[in-house]
Amino acid sequence: MGSSVKAVAALALHRFGMGPRLGSIAAIESDPRGALLAELARPRAVDVAGQSLPTSARAFRIVADANAERQARQIAAARAQKQAAGPMTESTSQADAEAATKMAAEAVPNPGRQIYLNEAQARINAALAAEIGFAERLVWFWSNHFCVSADKIQSMSGAYEREAIRPHVLGRFADMLLAVVSHPAMLVYLDNSASMGPNSVAGINRTRGLNENLAREILELHTLGVRTGYTQDDVIAFAKVLTGWTLIPAGDNPEHGGEFTFNRRLHEPGPQRVLNRTYEDAGVEQGRAVLRDLAGHPSTATHIATKLARHFVADAPPQPLVDRLTRTFRDTAGDLKEVTKALVLSPEAWALPAGKLKRPSEWVTSMVRAAGTQADAPRFVAGQTTLGEPLWRPPSPKGYADDEPTWIDGMGRRLDVANNYAERIANRADPRQIVESVLGATLSAATMQAVSRAESRQQALALLFMSPEFQRR
Amino acid sequence: MPSCHLPSRREALIGAGALFAWTQVPKLARAEGRDPRMLVIVLRGALDGLGAVAPVGDPDWIGLRGDRALVLDGRTPALPLDSFFALNAAMPNLHRLYRAQQAIIVHAAATPYRERSHFDGQDILESGLARPGTNDTGWLNRALLALASGGRVDPRGGRGFAVGPVTPLVVRGQAPVMSWAPQQLLPASDDTQARLLDLYRHTDPRLAAALEERIRLVALGRDGAVGAPNPAALPPPGIARVRSYFAEAAGTAARYLARPEGPRVGAMGFVGWDTHINEGAASGQLAALLGALDGALAAIETNMGASWRETVVAVITEFGRTARINGSDGTDHGTGTVALLVGGALRGGRVIADWPGLKPAALYEGRDLKPTTDLRSVLKGLLRDHLRVEESALASSVFPGSADIAPTAGLVG
Repeated sequence: MGSSVKAVAALALHRFGMGPRLGSIAAIESDPRGALLAELARPRAVDVAGQSLPTSARAFRIVADANAERQARQIAAARAQKQAAGPMTESTSQADAEAATKMAAEAVPNPGRQIYLNEAQARINAALAAEIGFAERLVWFWSNHFCVSADKIQSMSGAYEREAIRPHVLGRFADMLLAVVSHPAMLVYLDNSASMGPNSVAGINRTRGLNENLAREILELHTLGVRTGYTQDDVIAFAKVLTGWTLIPAGDNPEHGGEFTFNRRLHEPGPQRVLNRTYEDAGVEQGRAVLRDLAGHPSTATHIATKLARHFVADAPPQPLVDRLTRTFRDTAGDLKEVTKALVLSPEAWALPAGKLKRPSEWVTSMVRAAGTQADAPRFVAGQTTLGEPLWRPPSPKGYADDEPTWIDGMGRRLDVANNYAERIANRADPRQIVESVLGATLSAATMQAVSRAESRQQALALLFMSPEFQRR
Repeated sequence: MPSCHLPSRREALIGAGALFAWTQVPKLARAEGRDPRMLVIVLRGALDGLGAVAPVGDPDWIGLRGDRALVLDGRTPALPLDSFFALNAAMPNLHRLYRAQQAIIVHAAATPYRERSHFDGQDILESGLARPGTNDTGWLNRALLALASGGRVDPRGGRGFAVGPVTPLVVRGQAPVMSWAPQQLLPASDDTQARLLDLYRHTDPRLAAALEERIRLVALGRDGAVGAPNPAALPPPGIARVRSYFAEAAGTAARYLARPEGPRVGAMGFVGWDTHINEGAASGQLAALLGALDGALAAIETNMGASWRETVVAVITEFGRTARINGSDGTDHGTGTVALLVGGALRGGRVIADWPGLKPAALYEGRDLKPTTDLRSVLKGLLRDHLRVEESALASSVFPGSADIAPTAGLVG
């Protein structure tokens, strides 16, 4: 009896949480489901300690200001060089100009990287500090579903998650969708900030026009899902609806640069027909109306239910579970707290054995929690990059894949990371205590034997972190 | 408008580059006195075929792209291929190989996919199936299985490998894969690996298989001839980093393929081709990416050494881009595009195209270059005539349902 209760508690922590810490299996073993739900019910369950971090707009301005200052210094340095040099051979003055440019660049380093690392640190701390980490896992799931990339918009990548994702993880899907699509980070990432209606004032004056990227990915990835019946014409019409959704340029406005704005000059005039419904041109409201309808579309319910079940339970999730989540999503008009509760309360969500391979980010986090150490952002970020899942840098708008074939061939890299980490912590971590406390009743005799017979503490810890029980959830 | 930093997903995607290969030797080809090598490079994000190889002889070309059209007398003059087509000036190595009869360009080509989702498009490109959906194996992997089951490979030898932490679909399947990535960490000891493998063998066969491949690959790399990348050398940022990554990944693939006991077939992916904004075919981002690809092709040629004359490299992409420039000086998702074939084994120096024309009525759905060549016919031609995969297997297991798509004859030899 005692061992099976412990097994369910361990499953709750690995499958739904960030992995057990010392003593956390015992803390929830009387009622693992209740503990998960209690974490969601806590006030500010999805807040992160980010009070000192800049808003996305401010971060955007900080980077833009630095870029502008650097450019000015470079130009000034080049001018001074030219004056001082007088008539010289071209190659010498070229080399001097390059040196001056380099000095100017070094004088004004890019603040974007540090902002990114500070955001990463806040996120890592939240994952390590959580009792269970269910709420944080939901944040990670939704952040990946609605991903942006720091490669395109580094300054905002972390603030985007705090501003557009976290407030809605336990709220309404429609609200999250609207927050995401109207967030400057997304508008830059999927090129909408550069899109303008071909018949808009700006479009005519500047002979530029539509960019379909954001509209297509909202339909394909964020809401309905691919091959759910929308057409190329729907994509184009929706792209027209979204023209004008952009951000205030940083250079023009020291107080509000980088914030969302609806710019009517860019907006394609007139009604648009999307998914067999006509939307009159009501400015920004036209787009809000389309987004509301997309959030309430039956295909969206199925799409989200399937992705949630696949993420938390299995690559091929049980159909009854998907059906129940779909129903809940539809019956509650996309209340994500209710959908999440339905997940926890579904018997299929607790199926054993645990077969889902943890993604690198989950695995690294659970390793650090198990050992009870802290993590500094640069090292943690580098580790995730090594394992093919760099933080806020997904390979495409589809986000990171949620299946075993994508990740299992990285096992060799995981071993290197586990080995490296084990080496660093071996002098202060007791493998036997960790193995008992984080794997508990799920521990196999084979793993117990491998850990206890290891030639060193380091080897024991590496084997523990690489064991099937620790990698599968 | 905010200035978008140098476009986007590229650097993130660097981690997605991957190489796979099988060490088994095509036996029938060897009986003929050949030892063929084949490398497939997937360009993810959809390459603008018209921006890479321009139809400068088409009277509608300049009207379509305006001052974004590559031309023979532009500021960066395109490199003439024949009286009709010209190559982007960013690819001098490809041009040199073309003139040496070691490159073929197939134009107005496409997979059977006619929608515009990258992810479905890549699924079809890599799975070799006619429809997207639940595909978990790739055509290259199945081609190797077909060689194996026909006794057409030497059963000695190990498996394949992948560069980068993520394995591309084109090489997933029953033929085992090893993954390889430049070492930046101290690897675990042989003893730790052996113990872990023993644990997996008793508890988790899939993890055991994954670890076995890695162990095999490390052993192969230790033999010296395959140069170990310097762990301390981190490449520079931006496009220079992309260039260095493309060249290192492709060059490493070639070093493995060139070894006498090394793999014979491999695949890898390069990302960053989704040029929605400021495409820059002549001197911007696309030119830079094509230049990086050109450098990768040169690295392959150099590192293959004498084996280059037995090599075919196929560069393919999920679909093309709109024929016209979009509202943000880029191109959106389209249909027909190019496939680039290079290698000493080719009968090259040709552009293969059943040119559909560029008049509005000739464009697919009024917007894309109309595909007139099924990419599968080209790939089937290479697999049949270079690796000697049975035609019946090509039509059934490798590209299911493609019996009416005849392999393109005469690409090699």
